[in-house]
Amino acid sequence: MAEKVFAIPNVQTPSVPVRIDPAKCIGCNTCVEVCQIDVFIPNPEKGKPPIILHPEECWYCGCCATDCPTPGAMAFNWPLPLKPRWRNKETGEVHQLT
Amino acid sequence: MGTWHEYLKTNGNPPEWPYPIKFGEETELEADVCILGGGIAGCWAAISAARTGAKVILMEKADVRRSGAGGPGCDHWCNVPGNPCSRVDPDTWAIEEMKAGGDFSNGIGIQIQCREDWDTLQEMEQMGGKIRDDKDEFLGVEGRDEKTKLMFSPRYSAGAGLGLPKGYGEPNFNPPEKRNNMVIRIWGSTFKPALKKECKRLGVTILDRVMATSLLNENGKQGARIVGATGLNTRTGEFVIVKAKAVIISAGGSGNAWFMDMEHGGYSSMYSRNNSSDGTAMAWRAGARVTMMEASSPYRIATGLKHKWYTGGGDASYENIPMVDSNGKILPYATQGWADGGAMFSDGPKMRAGIQSGEYELPFYADFAGIDPKEANATWNLMLNEESTTKIMVKTMTEGGFDYKRDQIMNYNMMEFQGSQQYREPGRGGLMVAWDLKTNLDGLYAAGTATFQPGDHSYAAATGRYAGRKAAAYAKSIDAGKVCRDQIDAEKERVLAPTKRDGGIEWKELHNGLCRVMQYYVGEFKSERTLDLALEEIERIEKYAVPQLYALDPHKLMRSLEDLSLIEHAKIMIRAMKERKLSNPKLSLSRVDYPNNDEEEMKYYLALRQEDGKPVFERIPLRYWGNMKEQYEAHNPDYTGVYKPEA
Repeated sequence: MAEKVFAIPNVQTPSVPVRIDPAKCIGCNTCVEVCQIDVFIPNPEKGKPPIILHPEECWYCGCCATDCPTPGAMAFNWPLPLKPRWRNKETGEVHQLT
Repeated sequence: MGTWHEYLKTNGNPPEWPYPIKFGEETELEADVCILGGGIAGCWAAISAARTGAKVILMEKADVRRSGAGGPGCDHWCNVPGNPCSRVDPDTWAIEEMKAGGDFSNGIGIQIQCREDWDTLQEMEQMGGKIRDDKDEFLGVEGRDEKTKLMFSPRYSAGAGLGLPKGYGEPNFNPPEKRNNMVIRIWGSTFKPALKKECKRLGVTILDRVMATSLLNENGKQGARIVGATGLNTRTGEFVIVKAKAVIISAGGSGNAWFMDMEHGGYSSMYSRNNSSDGTAMAWRAGARVTMMEASSPYRIATGLKHKWYTGGGDASYENIPMVDSNGKILPYATQGWADGGAMFSDGPKMRAGIQSGEYELPFYADFAGIDPKEANATWNLMLNEESTTKIMVKTMTEGGFDYKRDQIMNYNMMEFQGSQQYREPGRGGLMVAWDLKTNLDGLYAAGTATFQPGDHSYAAATGRYAGRKAAAYAKSIDAGKVCRDQIDAEKERVLAPTKRDGGIEWKELHNGLCRVMQYYVGEFKSERTLDLALEEIERIEKYAVPQLYALDPHKLMRSLEDLSLIEHAKIMIRAMKERKLSNPKLSLSRVDYPNNDEEEMKYYLALRQEDGKPVFERIPLRYWGNMKEQYEAHNPDYTGVYKPEA
């Protein structure tokens, strides 16, 4: 049987300011508490990763990721038009954050 | 992982609102001092008031631990003439700073900052904030004092002001023995958590996730003594009433009045969406006097800001890093470094001409790899790593392969900045204060960004600390006032109105509607005609759109109320711009119908307040605060200096 497809409004853009690794996140909700915007809400299931509810309101302060107590559980994800570039001075090669 | 639609797909239903809904319910609390806004100024006010024994309530829209402009961090503690390495007298420096900011600076706030922010910084250290290189991570970096291990910044090292300092380029310019040592590099990301911890230790009642919505006047009369405040829990919708003998407004600014497109707001603005002028709007409704509301500034944004502004890529945080073109040619672009005495000046016209003639080839770069790696390390891993929202940028770029010893960061300023004047920001207007940081209303004080012409992080800290002790002293001297139930009921109805509707106009549309008005009619060039059109359109918005405003949950209600604050703020600004019939760069005010700089008018602050619901304009002479040194001393004969923690 085909996978169920929901009718949902367009996804807020940018939609994923942070990437959460569900294998590492312990659902402590530190990010939910420190975010001044309330980008996140706690997962109804205790111990599970939070839900990103208001991604488009993120102001990219990074407190969620920098205060996250679990190494590797949360990584910042700059939106595509925001990924900075730099150049190797010697070779001239230009890199961009992916 | 973690998005809303992923949850829907996995669970077959959307998540329920995770907090109990309490629309219509209310909580009532009492305090000596109630502080509205728990950013830097608010935390310091709470700590300082609580240390005098006052019962303190701290109301904060987010969580105090990381809220406010300084929540993520702060890179510089500015204007510290009291520090042991300073070569400047605090009172002399305060006058310099006041002049450097133009005649419209806030001399009271600057004097408080210059006199007290070294004490404030030492108290920050007592609480656990890191202010010295005690682990010797930056040995040999210029500006590091071996004895105190304080790290002085090149910024302002040769004098105050934004232009090129005197003697720039001459031999032996800015030698170490002549530097004023006025700005200290600090580990600002450690500050807010330490402040919250101290608030808790002192027994401050912290109301996290409660947005302040209004001030309560005695007997509900506009202009009467302030006897409390109301708030809204942004997660539950519960209405909060605080009765207090004194109230301090330490709320944030209003960064987004011109800024449309909320879906990209966060990364195109220096301010979080929470900065929505709630403090100014509620003070105005209560009859408080505001000033400098006619001033606005161009906003250097286009399609994104964080990666341009905060990476050391040359638009602001370029401390000590030379800017070069694609061929390595050094640009006429100040580095804010030792070589130019911390100048914040770049020759835009020369660079533009150079691009057109081929002298400078785009793109430009911040040449981290071109300087002493010790200095580049200090800029990258101390200054930028601690500068507010930059910490996450440093982390992700380092993990992504950037190496400050090898690489150069691309600069976007000259590629993208086209002087988009329709994007402007307010930010200089605020509450008019007297020497105790008291407003014209008894019981109402202001600190940090809530004051007119506010300063930076250390200004917020020092003025917050000062307002806290003054408000606490006032509270001790007076009985509790009488709140008015009718005023509370009217506010509760205003606050909850959007929850009574299921459809209509949601907050983002309202916000964008306001921004359109500001961009079209309150842009760089203003006239009586454009400003009248702006007021007419805002009146239409209030008549037709606001009654349709709807909010499906407490979060959206918070955002809706913020937009109502922004509308109020915009109206005050436009009225002030209409009243100030002149053009002057000091106010960033360009009235095309009044192109002359009226010298007589420029000798006054334009102040506004409401009386019986009608705006009243007043002209208050510049430097109304008198002799800064004498007045400060007259108002603070019992100042006790650095806090001595109990054993």
